[in-house]
Amino acid sequence: MRFLFKTDYEDDIRLFPHSGYVISYGVLFALLLIAPYALSSYLMSQLVFVCIYATVGVGLLILTGFTGQASLGHAAFLAVGAYTAAYLQQFNVPFPLYFLAAGLLTGLIGALVGFPALRLQGIYLVIATISFAFIVEEILARWESVTHGNEGMRVKMLYLFGSAVPRDSPAFYFLCLAVLVLTIVGALNLLRSPTGRAFVAIRDSETAARSMGINVSLYKVKSFAISAAITGFAGCLFAHKLSFISPEMFTLQLSIEFIIVILIGGTLSLHGAVLGAIFIVMIDPFLTYLKDDMPGVIAAISTTFGISKERAAHIQDNIAAFASLNGLKGAIYGVIIIVFVLFEPLGLYGRWLKIKLFFQLFPLYKRATFKRQKIYVKSERNR
Amino acid sequence: MSYFRAEKLSLHFGGLKAVDAVSFVVEKGEILSIIGPNGAGKSTIFNLISRINRPTSGKIFFEDQEITKQPPYDIARLGIARTFQNIELFENATVLSNLLVGRHRHCTSQLWQELLFLPSVRASEKAHRRRVEQVIEFLDLEPYRDKLISGLPYGVRKVIELARALCSEPRLILLDEPSSGLSVEETDDMSFWIRDMKTEFGITVLMVEHDMSLVNRISDRVIALSAGRVLAMGTPAEVQQHPDVVAAYLGA
Repeated sequence: MRFLFKTDYEDDIRLFPHSGYVISYGVLFALLLIAPYALSSYLMSQLVFVCIYATVGVGLLILTGFTGQASLGHAAFLAVGAYTAAYLQQFNVPFPLYFLAAGLLTGLIGALVGFPALRLQGIYLVIATISFAFIVEEILARWESVTHGNEGMRVKMLYLFGSAVPRDSPAFYFLCLAVLVLTIVGALNLLRSPTGRAFVAIRDSETAARSMGINVSLYKVKSFAISAAITGFAGCLFAHKLSFISPEMFTLQLSIEFIIVILIGGTLSLHGAVLGAIFIVMIDPFLTYLKDDMPGVIAAISTTFGISKERAAHIQDNIAAFASLNGLKGAIYGVIIIVFVLFEPLGLYGRWLKIKLFFQLFPLYKRATFKRQKIYVKSERNR
Repeated sequence: MSYFRAEKLSLHFGGLKAVDAVSFVVEKGEILSIIGPNGAGKSTIFNLISRINRPTSGKIFFEDQEITKQPPYDIARLGIARTFQNIELFENATVLSNLLVGRHRHCTSQLWQELLFLPSVRASEKAHRRRVEQVIEFLDLEPYRDKLISGLPYGVRKVIELARALCSEPRLILLDEPSSGLSVEETDDMSFWIRDMKTEFGITVLMVEHDMSLVNRISDRVIALSAGRVLAMGTPAEVQQHPDVVAAYLGA
């Protein structure tokens, strides 16, 4: 096990605490760079979605994980970003400009949502953000002169510096990856500076934050704006990846998917956004497998165990019917959330920390290490 | 003019007069204790000063400036820091980041500078850290720097809250029951620290306290409150012998 001897204040500021981090993140980065030349086109496409979802996840983590303001309206922010991009594209605005515009406009709208949210807490804030999402969905469907209503909008090919970037090209993947990496670096910078600490302070005790000189309202609005802006940038990329957008793509289900991203990834750290995004995006191939291959496999297994052909075919049909049920995806999401909240509140990243510690301390790891005991319970709290 | 002055401060919740026309002054560099039975309105006065509650009537002046209308976050910027009776720390953050939040009123960096973590931000972070380390050394908090608050015992939390208030380099500090829940040794440490705050840093202290031996040891003056009204004011000995105070405590 490595012991860090801190000799400089810099040791607590730098992003990579020691050389081990540089090596492991370097290897990861190299793998991500060669990925387009090693993986199938389907997996590459999924990887692009991982980047986009992870970007949204980072935005949501800043708001929900670090500032403690829950939001079920991020699909709406994504929609605003996507539609801004699609709308400006019609006037031959170059990509860098409408990409920025998508982020800034969404950030502005995020700030506007932040104002009414100042007076709301907990479940009421969730309800307010849901209603915001419904309002946006409705506007997208009704404001036909701009959004083409339920017909949806076609998003043209992305041109960056004069060259075409098709949505399934390695270049587009690198663009999404770059946006994700820049977002993460920006978020990390924010979190190690006064603003990030103010966010955490507001999450843990608004009264104390106020009496330490933090303008709670201002920082909440800032948090909303930053979170929305990041989601807006992701929305622009999302529009390009899908090449067609319509209001029914940005529903409550999508907002819930984003919440699942950070819930399953873990709200402790930005790692959670990426791990959660991988999980949620890769659940689709898993469902496809469940639908296409699983029934056959189980039928084959049951015949080897001596079950008659007709009976095996019957089992196969039943499983196939179950796997293609309509609400299955939603049900699986629900089960996953419950399981994680009950058994792994720290998320995948928390699990990873435990596994890492197990090997670092081997054979001395104690199961109770992460069980935090409540030393005393607050009797009364100012909110 | 006095350093800090409360004029006819009142807070009424309907018919209940939690604080009723309380006036007092705090001189620069003194330790003033507020005592009184439960529900006398001691903590409420603190909440009025730090603007958690809005006074029904009355005025508060600090360094010749009226602060009654200031928003709550401005109070800290003026140089008034406080601690809470039921510790209000940032539970899921490390001790270090809790203390750095105390430095917030001195932070001047802009959002875009922080996003890029410019050299100026880095330099100011280190400068803040230096000040925090001075407070850590003053209060013997070295072993806890990287610990999460949620895993620390009560006594240590109490000290960390004091440290967080000190990190903001206040000129006036409001301590809400600094010794409640502390052992005899910890209370002793606390009394030395409060005295040192006054003599070494020149901080004016206004505190609410129940432990009369602590009050006697360190305060210059004492105010006794009961049912939202001032009963007596003066040196600790004077106040304790005041017939109204005896009556309020013993019910005679």
